[in-house]
Amino acid sequence: MALLHTVNKSPFDKNSLSDCLRRAKPGSAVLLIEDGVYGALEGTSVSEEIIDRNNEIKFYALAPDLAARGLSEKPLIDGLTLVEYDGFVDLVEECSSVQSWL
Amino acid sequence: MDDFEDDEFDGPVKKFMYVNRKAPYGTVYALEGLEVVLITAAFDQDVSMVFVDDGVFQIKKDQETSGVNMKNFSPTYRALEGYEVEKVYAEKESLEARGMTQEDLVIPVEILNSSEIADLMDSQDVIVSF
Repeated sequence: MALLHTVNKSPFDKNSLSDCLRRAKPGSAVLLIEDGVYGALEGTSVSEEIIDRNNEIKFYALAPDLAARGLSEKPLIDGLTLVEYDGFVDLVEECSSVQSWL
Repeated sequence: MDDFEDDEFDGPVKKFMYVNRKAPYGTVYALEGLEVVLITAAFDQDVSMVFVDDGVFQIKKDQETSGVNMKNFSPTYRALEGYEVEKVYAEKESLEARGMTQEDLVIPVEILNSSEIADLMDSQDVIVSF
């Protein structure tokens, strides 16, 4: 797989997700971690940013970070895949390199 | 000596507002802010607590932090009432932008719109922001 992008800031507070998506090429993977997982929510003012790229970028979110924030039962964007920490490690291993949008 | 035995605070009562704008675990602002409110609650002031922007995520119910090895401090918001912090507000626009309603929250709050929050802010003596 191509690049793995990680986003750890809330898209409601910082531009990290937009900054990432502007540079992420088709075929790459984007993993939402820490406060970045707020971007995984369906029906918010920023959901469209991910939905618009869903057909060409693979989106993931770290499940323990969603649970910590009380989001396990909230509807997430269609097609987004949840991973545990071992899944995070697998993604890092599969991808050519990692870019962290801090 | 009588002064030391009297635990009633008899200084001036001011209107204090605590403005919470950060999500709970990515930074330490939320936890520090909550601790400051609980400490200062001992001084019998007129306290309002406001959740705006990502601050509304602080009072999201169902937080379960065992997977990230952090302390889940969301139950502590329920203690605010016991400290006589009863004026708790969340901003309507902030909740809506995040797909949240009163149903998502761990404590009952009064939901105000931005201009009502602005008026409330205007009426304070002291505003402390986290």
